[in-house]
Amino acid sequence: MCGAPKQGGSLAGVDLSTQTVIQGSVWHDGTPVAGAYVRLLDSTDEFTAEVVTSPEGEFRFFAAPGNWTLRTLAPVGRAERAIEAEVGLNETTLAID
Amino acid sequence: MSRSDVLVTADWAQEHLGDPGLVFVEVDEDTSAYDGGHLEGAVKLDWKTDLQDPLRRDFVGREAFEALLSSRGIGNDDTVVLYGGNNNWFAAYAYWYFKLYGHRDVKLIDGGRKKWELDGRPLSKDTVERPATTYRASEPDLSIRAFRDEVVASIGSKNIIDVRSPDEFSGKILAPAHLPQEQAQKAGHVPTAMNIPWSKAANEDGTFKSDEDLAKLYAEQGYDETKPTIAYCRIGERSSHTWFVLRELLGKSDVKNYDGSWVEYGSLVGVPIEK
Repeated sequence: MCGAPKQGGSLAGVDLSTQTVIQGSVWHDGTPVAGAYVRLLDSTDEFTAEVVTSPEGEFRFFAAPGNWTLRTLAPVGRAERAIEAEVGLNETTLAID
Repeated sequence: MSRSDVLVTADWAQEHLGDPGLVFVEVDEDTSAYDGGHLEGAVKLDWKTDLQDPLRRDFVGREAFEALLSSRGIGNDDTVVLYGGNNNWFAAYAYWYFKLYGHRDVKLIDGGRKKWELDGRPLSKDTVERPATTYRASEPDLSIRAFRDEVVASIGSKNIIDVRSPDEFSGKILAPAHLPQEQAQKAGHVPTAMNIPWSKAANEDGTFKSDEDLAKLYAEQGYDETKPTIAYCRIGERSSHTWFVLRELLGKSDVKNYDGSWVEYGSLVGVPIEK
């Protein structure tokens, strides 16, 4: 359904030969940030999806190959990172200064 | 109807928590969000288990809605103040649903759960019990709900607004990107639909843009003021957000939400699709 599944955890059941998974975690001051909002923006900077990080600071999107931007918004601040994704697993980290 | 009738700020909500005659209602697909902390005194509605028929793909019927609201302690004369996660998608869906069943006074908290959390406002884990009521719902107001045949008949004649992301509209992805991209339906959009993503109507903190910005947004995208409008997304919750903007904030007449949305349309045999 439209609600985001629980963030982080196992990729069991996800077919990485067809899915383009973009996942990672949000960090601040050397610790993961739980409850941060992370949005995925397309190549024109338009909103595509948003999730809230897990207690371990993790997020995960199912996208398509191409250029994307990840942007996080949390009470402690914000961070942004561009990523070029391919089919399979694409991992990254967002660090809030 | 204007903005102040249908939308309250987080400040206002915080000041009025616990006021008699007000019922705060959190609507989320993710019940763990409510259980992990909610506005003091707010009750929970689960959009899926409470608001969807357990067997068919449809709303719950009038009597089931009456039983649901009665059990949650919501009375016909109460002001229902809705909020939720996902930038208020499901709260807007519930707003539309309450209006469909004729609830008089319903409001959304601008920014929903997201702004509340980003502001660091207090959340409570207390169990909320409200005395049961005897709620009476009206017959569904079908002037705000579109069905598939009307959508097909509206191609080329009404404003059809696809509020999904550009990549869903173009068929590059099949679902919002927090979900696995495996769906039964075809990719694409209803021919002649305008792609005006719901997200263009919201600020990054989940609050709605100003009336002025919203009016400009739809005008620039080719919204025809003389025509009726149907909004759709994938399952009808993001399009409720846009329905709320068009009908409740901007006061446009004859705006319907097509809750069958792309999951239904993209699975229909023989209907035209553009990509």
